[in-house]
Amino acid sequence: MGFLRFGYITAPVLGALWMVVLSVTISVAMSFATGDPFRPSLWLSLCWGAAAAIGAAGLMGQKGAHWGVMLALIGVTLTPYGPIERGETGMFAATVAAVSLGAIFVWSVRKILHDTPMGALTRHEFEGAIIRFLTGFGYIFFTAIVLIPFYVMVMTSLKNQGELMQNPLDFSIDLSKGADLFRSYDELFTQFNFGTYMFNSFFISVLTVFITLAFAIPGAYAVARLRFAGQAAFSRSILLIYMVPMIVLALPIYIAFSMTGLRNSFWGIVMIYPVTTIPVALYMLQGYFRGLPAEVEEAGLMDGLSRLAVIWKITLPLSLPALASVSLYVFMIAWNEFLLAFMLLDDPSKFTLTRGIASLNSSEIPRQHLMAGSVVATVPIMALFLGLERFMTKGLTAGSVKG
Amino acid sequence: MADLGPPIGTGPLGKREARLAWGLLLPTITAVALVVVLPLLAIFWISFKPVELGDLRAPEVVLREDIRGDADVLNGEAALRYRLRNSSQDQPITGVTFTDTLPEGLTVTDLDPRCTLSDRALACNFGDWDPGTRETLTIPVTVGQAYLDAKVRPQDSPAVTTGTASNILTNATFTLDNFKRVFSGDEFLEVLWVTLFYTVFGTIGALLVGLFAALLLNKSFKGQGILRGLYLFPYVAPIIAVAFAWLILFDPFSGSANALLVQMGVTPEAINFFGERPLALIMVTVFEIWRYFPLSFLFILARMQSIDTDMYEAADMDGASPFQQFWYLSMPQLLGILSVLFLLRFIWTFNKFDDIFLLTGGNAGTRTLTVNVYEQAFAVSNIGAGAAVAVVIFACLLTFSLFFLKYISREEGL
Repeated sequence: MGFLRFGYITAPVLGALWMVVLSVTISVAMSFATGDPFRPSLWLSLCWGAAAAIGAAGLMGQKGAHWGVMLALIGVTLTPYGPIERGETGMFAATVAAVSLGAIFVWSVRKILHDTPMGALTRHEFEGAIIRFLTGFGYIFFTAIVLIPFYVMVMTSLKNQGELMQNPLDFSIDLSKGADLFRSYDELFTQFNFGTYMFNSFFISVLTVFITLAFAIPGAYAVARLRFAGQAAFSRSILLIYMVPMIVLALPIYIAFSMTGLRNSFWGIVMIYPVTTIPVALYMLQGYFRGLPAEVEEAGLMDGLSRLAVIWKITLPLSLPALASVSLYVFMIAWNEFLLAFMLLDDPSKFTLTRGIASLNSSEIPRQHLMAGSVVATVPIMALFLGLERFMTKGLTAGSVKG
Repeated sequence: MADLGPPIGTGPLGKREARLAWGLLLPTITAVALVVVLPLLAIFWISFKPVELGDLRAPEVVLREDIRGDADVLNGEAALRYRLRNSSQDQPITGVTFTDTLPEGLTVTDLDPRCTLSDRALACNFGDWDPGTRETLTIPVTVGQAYLDAKVRPQDSPAVTTGTASNILTNATFTLDNFKRVFSGDEFLEVLWVTLFYTVFGTIGALLVGLFAALLLNKSFKGQGILRGLYLFPYVAPIIAVAFAWLILFDPFSGSANALLVQMGVTPEAINFFGERPLALIMVTVFEIWRYFPLSFLFILARMQSIDTDMYEAADMDGASPFQQFWYLSMPQLLGILSVLFLLRFIWTFNKFDDIFLLTGGNAGTRTLTVNVYEQAFAVSNIGAGAAVAVVIFACLLTFSLFFLKYISREEGL
């Protein structure tokens, strides 16, 4: 690997690889945005990237050389010999692709190579450049893999089946259609009862949160604060319960519910959901309770409060942030739950959102309805999550593993 | 002489505390016992039973009654008709009887020998029934004025039937067929191999991708919070929504991914990502990595941010390069959380059902143990065989958990 550690080798190699990353990214982005055929050319990308990297990073010493390189890159991308090949694309889209490729490449390659002189490199300089390259790649990679499925989901819900079959890449939407764009959403709520499903999901999730808290708070307090034989074993076995797979439980629950007539009932679901969330909630809460200063509670006890009053008046107000995270997490689990709802609910008037979406998965119902249903289920939980992200990330990590 | 030593054993205060603790835990213990422990025991019981999906409904006596003839004329000749049948075609019912109250004003003219009538209470006894038995009982009656006035029809007082049928779930028939079925043939080996592949690669993949993502975001810059929120999307969104989004994205006929690959010249024709062996298995593993890397990412990032930065400054002064710092400083610090995450994720991935069920339904060589439970119990409608697979899963998990508890107590002191 030693021969790589010279600026005149490192820079072109990184530049060439970076050009491949960017030309693929921009081709994919432009294809998804316009539906026009853009395709990256591997060999031309490598060549142009290697050549442009040296000039763009100003390694030769000329000031302002990168402006020239940028213009040259934009120019060459518009010809058939650039890093991105085009089929029959609109001139405007082609220009956007060329300008963004040139500008982003020059700007980012200067960042990647800003500390890389032409001659022999120290280990610091060399690894720094590699790390900056990997960082840039990582940002693009993760953003792409996370966003593309959601982008496809939203855009598919706005288009109709015919348009999609014609060109699966064309996600451009015709804004002149106005409110008609949202036709599949309208049909979901008017013909497929999604309003009811949404209400059911919401109602069940909120009830689950309250029932879970009612069970988990006393339990967590006992495990965290009170001394009794078996305390250690108990706090450990909570995790064990969390390890039992749902499908193993779902089978006997299905049988029991079928025989007692609880299947297909709202209350059956409300009885089962909290039990799946109580162990998690208890575990998260006891971690938080342990971190609270015991002295405050002892002061309360000395002043004549009973234990229960201490929990109500001292511990709970102090642990509001933890309660918020736990509630959010439990709400998320209940809202997203699919398996039990799928197995236990058959009556369309009692469907939850996830069960409702599953019922849309048939060949007679167009796909944009399925995707619109998915969007309807995803948006509320995303909004809630983004609004309370601070609690969420803390809650997920805090209770589960120390450190 | 008074004993002046320290108190021995638990004092009254300690006892009160322990009582309170158990009191506070009681609701949770009851709920968990009802919904976790009881079903687990039930699974063991059922796995030794020859139960089919159809057997869940116990055989019962189905009864319909109506009145025929001149029922709306005074002194009209009418007949009460009771039609009864055994709802099961292959289970007998013993001791079939029914009782009913006749409406006022009907006079019974001829009574079936199997029935007795005292005042208006009718009681009939049919003895034992073979599977699929049908009976029709006709009781001729004369209509009186009281019946016409009251407007109470015979159907308005529902007849009560009794009869005992042996329930397959509670009787003493046991069998080992379920386990034989599950273990026989190459199918089990394939299921086991698929489960292992999915679990091992899904877990390691999610850990590595999560580690990479955490390294990216382990610095403060503008937009770090937004990116962190964004990278959690796959984990937060409902599984059913993202699974269908993936299915549509990778659809062989109209999927964007295929269109993109064809256009870029990677492949000459569309690939059936979720329908071909062994690609389908790789795809569901990739999906698992995609969906659960945020969880590892979150935990690893939290651990990274708690590492003291002084150490890195000292290493910098000593001339350690960035990769050396990562390998010799960060990795040892992260090893604890990585091993905990590996064990947790390993078990959770092993337990995963929804993802594969929604993506491929267990077809194209993606049937894991958990999907096999569903497949046996509901697709083949053999509940007993499904329960047997569940028992196998449970045994595997028990092994993992014992290992996990032994290991984890040394690691992070959970």
